Amino acid sequence: MSQQSLEHSQDRRPTRWHIAVFLAPALLVYTAVMILPLFGTLQLSLFRNVDNAQVFAGFDNFRTLFGDPRWSASFWNALGNNTWFFIIHMLVQNPIGVVLAALLSSPKLRFSAFYRTAIFIPTLLSFVIVGFAWKLILSPLWGVAPNLLDLVGLKSLFVPWLGKEEYALTALSLISVWQFVGIPMMLIYAAMLSIPDEVIEAAECDGVTGFSQFWKIQLPLILPSIGIISILTFVGNFNAFDLIYSAQGALAGPNYATDILGTFLYRTFFGFQLQIGDKNMGATIASMMFFIILAGVCLYLFLIQTRLRRYQF
Amino acid sequence: MSKAASSLPRTIGAHAVLLTYTAIALFPVTVIVVNSFKSRNAIFRSPLSLPTSETFDLIGYTTVMAQGDFFLYFQNSLIVTVASLFFVLLFGAMAAFALSEYRFKGNTMMGLYLALGIMIPIRLGTVAILQLMVASGLVNTLTALILVYTAQGLPLAVFILSEFMKQVSDDLKNAGRIDGLSEYRIFFRLVLPLVRPAMATVAVFTMIPIWNDLWFPLILAPSEATKTVTLGAQVFIGQFVTNWNAVLAALSLAILPVLILYFFFSRQLIRGITSGAVK
Repeated sequence: MSQQSLEHSQDRRPTRWHIAVFLAPALLVYTAVMILPLFGTLQLSLFRNVDNAQVFAGFDNFRTLFGDPRWSASFWNALGNNTWFFIIHMLVQNPIGVVLAALLSSPKLRFSAFYRTAIFIPTLLSFVIVGFAWKLILSPLWGVAPNLLDLVGLKSLFVPWLGKEEYALTALSLISVWQFVGIPMMLIYAAMLSIPDEVIEAAECDGVTGFSQFWKIQLPLILPSIGIISILTFVGNFNAFDLIYSAQGALAGPNYATDILGTFLYRTFFGFQLQIGDKNMGATIASMMFFIILAGVCLYLFLIQTRLRRYQF
Repeated sequence: MSKAASSLPRTIGAHAVLLTYTAIALFPVTVIVVNSFKSRNAIFRSPLSLPTSETFDLIGYTTVMAQGDFFLYFQNSLIVTVASLFFVLLFGAMAAFALSEYRFKGNTMMGLYLALGIMIPIRLGTVAILQLMVASGLVNTLTALILVYTAQGLPLAVFILSEFMKQVSDDLKNAGRIDGLSEYRIFFRLVLPLVRPAMATVAVFTMIPIWNDLWFPLILAPSEATKTVTLGAQVFIGQFVTNWNAVLAALSLAILPVLILYFFFSRQLIRGITSGAVK
């Protein structure tokens, strides 16, 4: 990003209005609908509704969120679940994506366009479709999953995964992995295509082929892409909501076992069952999500990205 | 480069892995679509078989057609997606051009400011966005969604497009200037046509999340007249949980348009993604 080396012909003119004209629409919409509300939300988290008026409350909302046992239990539960959700993505989605991309990018592979097209299909579907489709398939009522397990003689392993507290979150994470594997696959596939043939040929001349070629030549070259994918996964996961909401509802059952920060925010902001919605507590949770994501992004930018070596060909 | 002996087993292995994963990727979609054409009994008795002449049944589709306002939802989604896409591409390209073409005070700061939105999701501002929309009377209008999605798509669009615009040759633009073209004409006539592949990449990355989003339609525009397909399907399926024919048919109806579009555009789409990411 910090490539400022490209020199442009500068011709100094008094006021170059066209620059302002080019920038204005994007800046206006972006600032008004994204940046200001973001700060507005941070600000709302410092206020409290007293007799229908917003009163400045300092960090009281945060104190409630962490101090009140009911709030803090929900918050830590959601944060813990969210972390597990992220870990599963990192451990399952990204390695599968890398393997698929590595296989797809081998030069003489036939049908690679077909595989690419097919594997990318789930990524295009909306969470609602994915959530319900899997809910139906895993449902003990319908019996697709038990039937399939029966085919390989493992019917005894069947459990209604989405309905059991101990499995539901993992099952949902894997469903989300199933949906999004296409993205790391594509990005890494693209990174692999950009590795020049000479490098691969040189490796082959030196007798480095197959798996060790992947491990020693290609993997180091695609590390920056893996870094980008990791941070994208992080931001996407800590901001997820749709899949859980469409598969398990706003209550993120069973017994909040699949509650993540997004569903927690939704419930707090809009209320549910006996609890009425609370704008300020909603803003407080959104602010916490903001800080978590910001911390992750900063960690990535300052600690990881600067250490990744980029190769220029 | 002949790697005679070891290459055949390796190729077979590669195909085996890829085929297995393709099956995993396609299986749920296939099961849903195939079963939506079966009668209720057949859905439960043999979920894994294809519909036969006895078990073929369109009851699910007739229920969905009679109940849901799917055509309207579809139209709403289309309007929101196309309009947002148009604004993201136009405004994004304009800003990217300004950032990549001209040296001016605050150029880098401006670039960083616009890039902020790539990492920080717009969802976190929801509480204040809803307030803003209530204050401006835009709740339950498609305009609210278009505004939000435009803002959401802009950061990535500006980032990708400015990378590409840096590669457009300066000579070409300067030749245009010498011929007396205004800066606006240089942008619209010379630069925009040259970055079309990048625009396609941005279009794909922008379009999919907008079409599939559930959060903002649920919060900003949940009224019957402004429901998008995603929200409509969610609500509809929620009401018909026990009517499996209808649920499967509704899911299939929501899947099919995406699949049809994808088969037409998959080549451009994949080329767009791969070419975009290489740079």
